[in-house]
Amino acid sequence: MDTYYKPEDLPKFEEIGKEAPELAKKFFDYYGAVFTEGELTEREKALIGLAVAHTVQCPYCIDAFTQTCLEKGSTPGEMTEAVHVVTAIRGGASLVHGVQMRNLIEKLSM
Amino acid sequence: MKARQLPEVADHSVEQETSPVESFRRTLFKHGLRLERGQTTTLQINVGLLCNQVCKHCHLDAGPTRTELMDKKTLDEVVGFAQRVSFDIIDITGGAPELHPGLFTIIERLAPLTPKLMVRSNLSAMEENDPDRFIDLFRTHKAVVVVSLPSPNPGQLESQRGKGIFEKSINALKRLNAAGYGKEGTGLELDLVSNPPGAFLPPEQAQAEKRFRVLLRNKWNIVFNNLFTFANVPLGRFRQWLETSGNLQNYLERLASSFNPCVVDGLMCRTLLSVAWDGYLYDCDFNLAKGIYMSGRKIHVSEMEAPPEPGTPIAVADHCYTCAAGSGFT
Repeated sequence: MDTYYKPEDLPKFEEIGKEAPELAKKFFDYYGAVFTEGELTEREKALIGLAVAHTVQCPYCIDAFTQTCLEKGSTPGEMTEAVHVVTAIRGGASLVHGVQMRNLIEKLSM
Repeated sequence: MKARQLPEVADHSVEQETSPVESFRRTLFKHGLRLERGQTTTLQINVGLLCNQVCKHCHLDAGPTRTELMDKKTLDEVVGFAQRVSFDIIDITGGAPELHPGLFTIIERLAPLTPKLMVRSNLSAMEENDPDRFIDLFRTHKAVVVVSLPSPNPGQLESQRGKGIFEKSINALKRLNAAGYGKEGTGLELDLVSNPPGAFLPPEQAQAEKRFRVLLRNKWNIVFNNLFTFANVPLGRFRQWLETSGNLQNYLERLASSFNPCVVDGLMCRTLLSVAWDGYLYDCDFNLAKGIYMSGRKIHVSEMEAPPEPGTPIAVADHCYTCAAGSGFT
């Protein structure tokens, strides 16, 4: 069965640099620097990356960051909590717009 | 004492034809490297494959049904060798050494022959069998106790080591601490070894040690000296698990792509000699698991007057990628 997403495509990511190689180099250098330990540990950054992967629903990122989180010593429980953080914020982002709705209800209603 | 000259070894990458990765020997060659012995300073003694656990990551396939145990004659020959050669470290491993009926004799005879005696423990074998008696034995001989703890998370630990093992592990660690192991100023060293609970590489060692130290102290008031991380070796029961779970190819590729030529000089096989329960010699416990004799020749410990000479080639195979991955594992 054909599918748009294939796990074997993930290792081909760097091939994007075959066109516009300077831009690709800038991106991958920046990417590497972002995930290097700074004020946050590599493990903390990987958990954030995992959460963002679920926010944007990128299957490539979910694959890569699941593996990275495990290799940085995160537990399934910690990783699941990170996904719940995503859910809480995404849900909350919709719910908080209900304040705008309520403001308008109040304006229009007697 | 004349050291034994050993010939060039054959490539033991027997999985080569069907392996998804290039042979380890070829990778060494491409980097202009040869894996040869340095000064042999450690004698690792595998006293047998009997174990109370059936860990999924076990490269030896150790377990409760195994019958291989070092007998008295072989022990005499191992002790004789350790008397002829001065080893900086003697490292007792298994299986579960606590389940060897002669462990007390083994330790009592070997401890005087080295400045550093190490005893490996899976913690539950000790906890299930008169633990204070074992701890007294270790303490009397100032043995360094090296225990397995893949994770401070109960779910991850038991997924690798079996149900009920987490509580036994914590209890055994508390017992060791109570006897002075891991505590500052006692001289009783307690080290942890952490293997990942799955088909992935372990975290960076210093980071893992920091994390374990905080979690074990805060949750259970447990302390230790050092933590060593070690990748799982694709042999034995772990390889079977990799095959049935569909992880084998990816895992082998992960190991091979993580090859770091800078760690080859520090690989443990360069300074370690492994002797099995039957007295035959290997370059490491992993080659023992694979049945690849030291430098490719079946030599018994009773034949050795001295350790192998520096420069003697080491037998390699594809599982060697494990120790040479990333920062390396010692």
